[in-house]
Amino acid sequence: MTTKFTEDHEWVAVEGDIATVGITKYAADALGDVVFVEVPDVGASFAKGDDMAVVESVKAASDVYAPISGEVTEANGALADAPETVNEAPEAAGWFAKLKLANASELDGLMDAAAYKTFCDGL
Amino acid sequence: MADIETTDLKRTALYDLHVAHGGKIVPFAGYEMPVQFEGVKVEHLWTREKAGLFDVSHMGPCFLTLDDTSLTGDEAHKAISKIMEELVPSSIRVLKRGKGRLTVLLNEDGGILDDLIITRPELEELQGTLYIVVNGAVKDQDWALFEEKFAGRATLHRHDHRVLFALQGPQAVDVLKSYFRGCEDMTFMESRHMFWKEARCAVTRCGYTGEDGFEVLVDAEPGRALVEALLTHSRVKPIGLGARDSLRLEAGLCLYGHDMDANRTPVEADLQWVIQKSRRTRADFPGAAKILDQYTNGAAEKRVGIQPLGRAPAREGVEIQIDGTRIGTVTSGGFGPSVEKPVAMGYVASAHTEPGTKIDLIIRGKAHPAEIAALPFVQPNYKR
Repeated sequence: MTTKFTEDHEWVAVEGDIATVGITKYAADALGDVVFVEVPDVGASFAKGDDMAVVESVKAASDVYAPISGEVTEANGALADAPETVNEAPEAAGWFAKLKLANASELDGLMDAAAYKTFCDGL
Repeated sequence: MADIETTDLKRTALYDLHVAHGGKIVPFAGYEMPVQFEGVKVEHLWTREKAGLFDVSHMGPCFLTLDDTSLTGDEAHKAISKIMEELVPSSIRVLKRGKGRLTVLLNEDGGILDDLIITRPELEELQGTLYIVVNGAVKDQDWALFEEKFAGRATLHRHDHRVLFALQGPQAVDVLKSYFRGCEDMTFMESRHMFWKEARCAVTRCGYTGEDGFEVLVDAEPGRALVEALLTHSRVKPIGLGARDSLRLEAGLCLYGHDMDANRTPVEADLQWVIQKSRRTRADFPGAAKILDQYTNGAAEKRVGIQPLGRAPAREGVEIQIDGTRIGTVTSGGFGPSVEKPVAMGYVASAHTEPGTKIDLIIRGKAHPAEIAALPFVQPNYKR
C-alpha cells in the first residue's frame, strides 16, 4: 500500500485499484473541532478536484476535493455520528471514502510522505 | 513611492500578549485579532464554566460630553440625554447614575445603523457625559454621525486607543474582585469608575456571552499589565473571536452586520424591548412612524432562533423553506458547544415565528429538517 498527499491536505492510500481518501492531521488540526462531516454517496463519480465531501468545524465549513478521479465504492458512515473521529484519527478511522481509481497515473502527480512534510513545513 | 505593501490593519494594545499566548491572528473589523488560542470549543466551554478574557479594544468606546458647561448634575444629564435620544429610541434620561442600557442607532427609515451600550456615569463631575460603546466595524461611521448631528451641542471623545477587555464567566467576579474591590456588589449593566493601582478604569458589569462578567476600559499601558496579571490566574484563559461568536449565538445575541443591519428595524430584529414606553408615546426617534406601525401591527419578517434537528450546521445565507416555499434566511449559524448541537438565527415571514414550527434548511442543495426555537439557546447567567 502506498500513501500519497495533496497540497489541499488530503491523503490517498492505494491498495490495488481502490484508493482510501481522508484529510491529513495537519488539516484536521487547522480546522479544529470537527462537528459535522458529509461524505459522498456510494456510486457517485468525481473528477480530480471536484467537491467530494464537506467537513465543518465550530468555526466554518470546508470543502474536501476529490484528490483523484474515481467512483465511490464505500463511504465512512460512522462519521455522521462521530465527526470527532476526524480529529482523533484523521489518517486512520477518520477516512472519508474509498474510490475506484479511474486513472492511476494521477497518483504520480501527488506528493509522498516526505515531500508532503516538506510542503507543510514551508507553510 | 506608493506604499503598496503596507496594510491598513491596526493592532490593539494587547496584540503582543495575544501572540505570546499562541493566538491565531486574523483580520477583523480593521484589526489584527486572535480568532482562537487553544481551540474554539475548549475556549467556549471554559468561558461558560470559569472565566474567559476577551480583548475588545477594537470596539468603539467613547464619551459624549455636553458643550453647555453651565448645567450640572441631573440637569446636565437630562440635556445630554435629550441630544443622544435624537438618534436612539431608548430612554436615556431615565437612567440612574452608574447604569447603562443596550440600544440601537437608527437611520431615518428606522433601520439599525449599530447596536450600542449607553451608560450614565456615576461620578458627579461626569453628569452631562455619556459613556458609549459602539461596534468596531462601524465605529468611524457612527462617530462621524455623532459629530455631524451633535455639532455645537456635544463633543465626542474617542477612547479606542485604550484597552477595553471583557472578563466573562461564572468565576469572573471572584477573580476580578481582588483587583476592583466592591465590583462584586455591582449588578448587571452597572458601571463605576474604579482604580487599579494608579489607573482609573471604567468597570461595567456586562458582556456579550450570556454569562456574568465585566468590561473594563483602561489606558493602554496599565491595561496591558492588568490583563497580563489576570491571565496568570489558573481560572482565566484568553479567548478568541471564534468562541466569542459561538457564545453570543447560543445566548441569542445579535451580531451587527449579520443578524441586523440598516435594512432591519428594531421590531424586525426582535429588539423592540429597547424602546421604552415614554419614547413610544413621544414617537420622537428616527423612523418612529414605521417602527411604531410595526410595533402595533407586526412586521413582515422577524428574527427567530432556529434549531436544526440533524447535525449539519446551517451557516449565514442558508435558505429557510416550508413545503418548498422560501420563508426566510439564516443570518448566523454554527455549532453550539454548550448545547452540543447546531444552532442558528435568521429572519422568517411573521406567520412562521412560533417556536416549534417545522422548517427546512437548504444546505448545499439538500433540505435539512429544523424548527423555530425560542431564544436564547442557553439561559443567561446575569447578576440582576
